[in-house]
Amino acid sequence: MELQTLTYLVVGFTFSIYIGIAIWSRAGSTKEFYVAGGGIHPVANGMATAADWMSAASFIGMAGLIAYMGYGGSVFLMGWTGGFVILALLLAPYLRKYGKFTVPEFIGDRFYSRTARAVAVLCLIICSTTYVIGQMKGIGVAFSRFLEVDYNIGLLIGMCIVFFYAVLGGMKGITYTQIAQYCVLILAYTIPAIFISLQLTGNPIPQLGLGSTLASTDTYLLDKLDQMVMDIGFHEYTTDVRLSKLNMFAYTASLMIGTAGLPHVIIRFFTVPRVRDARSSAGWALVFIAILYTTAPAVAGMARLNLMQTIEPEPGQYLQYEDRPEWFRNWETTGLLEFEDKNNDGDMYYSANPQTNELVTVDPDIIVLANPEIAQLPNWVIALVAAGGLAAALSTAAGLLLAISSAISHDLLKGMIRPGISEKNELLASRVAMAVTIVGAGYLGFNPPDFAAGTVALAFGLAASSIFPVLMMGIFSSRVNKEGAIAGMLAGLGVTLFYVFQHKGIMFVASTAFLGDMPENWFLGIEPNAFGAVGALVNFAVAFGVTAVTQAPPAEVRELVQHIRVPAGAEAAVDH
Amino acid sequence: MAKKMTEEQARAYWHRNLALMLKLLIVWFVVSFGCGILLVDALNQFQIGGYKLGFWFAQQGAIYVFVVLIFIYRWRMAVLDREFDVEED
Repeated sequence: MELQTLTYLVVGFTFSIYIGIAIWSRAGSTKEFYVAGGGIHPVANGMATAADWMSAASFIGMAGLIAYMGYGGSVFLMGWTGGFVILALLLAPYLRKYGKFTVPEFIGDRFYSRTARAVAVLCLIICSTTYVIGQMKGIGVAFSRFLEVDYNIGLLIGMCIVFFYAVLGGMKGITYTQIAQYCVLILAYTIPAIFISLQLTGNPIPQLGLGSTLASTDTYLLDKLDQMVMDIGFHEYTTDVRLSKLNMFAYTASLMIGTAGLPHVIIRFFTVPRVRDARSSAGWALVFIAILYTTAPAVAGMARLNLMQTIEPEPGQYLQYEDRPEWFRNWETTGLLEFEDKNNDGDMYYSANPQTNELVTVDPDIIVLANPEIAQLPNWVIALVAAGGLAAALSTAAGLLLAISSAISHDLLKGMIRPGISEKNELLASRVAMAVTIVGAGYLGFNPPDFAAGTVALAFGLAASSIFPVLMMGIFSSRVNKEGAIAGMLAGLGVTLFYVFQHKGIMFVASTAFLGDMPENWFLGIEPNAFGAVGALVNFAVAFGVTAVTQAPPAEVRELVQHIRVPAGAEAAVDH
Repeated sequence: MAKKMTEEQARAYWHRNLALMLKLLIVWFVVSFGCGILLVDALNQFQIGGYKLGFWFAQQGAIYVFVVLIFIYRWRMAVLDREFDVEED
């Protein structure tokens, strides 16, 4: 069957599942809307968290970046998974025990201050909105590439779908839809990887295939890859350090604590029945995430190898531009893959040297999407990958929208402006807030600000430097007071924003511009994307410093801290 | 429904929890920041299959260990909850 028809069929089929689930699981109360009634099984919640967490960046972007960065790309793998250990040990069980609906609500109660709550809402809205713009853009791009419609129309379709099931279903609808989306995206990611691993190494498990020998030879796949990239002047694939060890350390730390501080991930742990379910739920989430994250390095290494062998089938013998394969032509039309015959010999010469390299543009984002085509897999696999990319972007966008709308309706409206609001009106307000957020994010998606590429990293840096430290201090110290928390959040957020904006020039130019002279001005050589870790340290230091010179918190706060540390008597998530 | 804890019991429970957490976080740090970044060159002298060992930790091993750590924490905390009779029903 035509690829186009197949893609419509597969994508249409998955979308009708999502919408069907949304209608079946409509939310009727605020409790169902915010925390799915607090009754989601931990394995199901783990699966939904995995889909919530893995965005278009994980699905489409990450493997391409690793293919391009080699060992340096490990920061994403360790950073985005290691965060779940911190979440499971340091935050999730206690926040579940506390048992309310939103993250700012905890901060407001623990630091006995409406100002602290308002600052937390501000941090949450800034980091979730920057994140959601990236997802909207991903949805638009995926639709336009695979359904061959205009980018704006693609975005509009995506907005309508999200609007329909997130506004209608709230957390309950989102959770069940995300379970279906997880299944779609993990199949879409692993099936091509299994095929390619089999083709190259004869081993169907990609995680083992990457460490195996190439089919019918004694050469290890990774040794061959190292050899090939070094022959054309790149650094060895398996030891290519990203800038410096210190930078990799900070980058990994930043992504880890950013993960643990992202509000849309944290609220997932309010949806399980008990404290011990919060502990295991984080574990299950990581199991489901690890399936994709341990496959990604195999996808990356094998895609790089396949790409290079397509261009240079025998050492020193390059492919003629005339003979380029179909997928190469397809991607050329998007502008994400470009060839320039610099010496007019018709050969496609690929090299690390920018003077002679003729493969002038290979956008890392096309790797996962083009991978099945490069490996000449059947059309239904390619259609499935399109549906998977959309599932990843939609599920994350829905989770983020819920976090934003609950902060607005529950923390701002009910918590501060109109405490007497009825449940029915609060539910209506959260649906309106969500609708407004979708339109707002969609608008920014139609007119993406320059910082689209840096938005995801920025969202992590902001969560790491503002939300994570106060949550941790709120649980592990009964001494930190409201002055300390507010000053800490503002200082962490401020320092990170300042650093990122100061170096904004670098982040806005394509990733290759890292060789500019800006890196010399980086603090200890740490790139802006990795700066959240430093912002978090500033947050801790300021909070403890300010606490030391201001009044200790009241006795009720000490009692609250004692209360959340012990599981017994954890009621289901309740309203005041 | 569990009984109310005395303050002393609550403190003992919390300290046991912290001790467990600390041990697991040390492992968490060693496999990722240690084996995956700081000690990667030394470990790369060894191989498992086609993987250099340090590279394997950074792109595979650390993730597997993370999963195991969370489940160990869940298991040990369930035991601790029972011991202190603070289990939920």
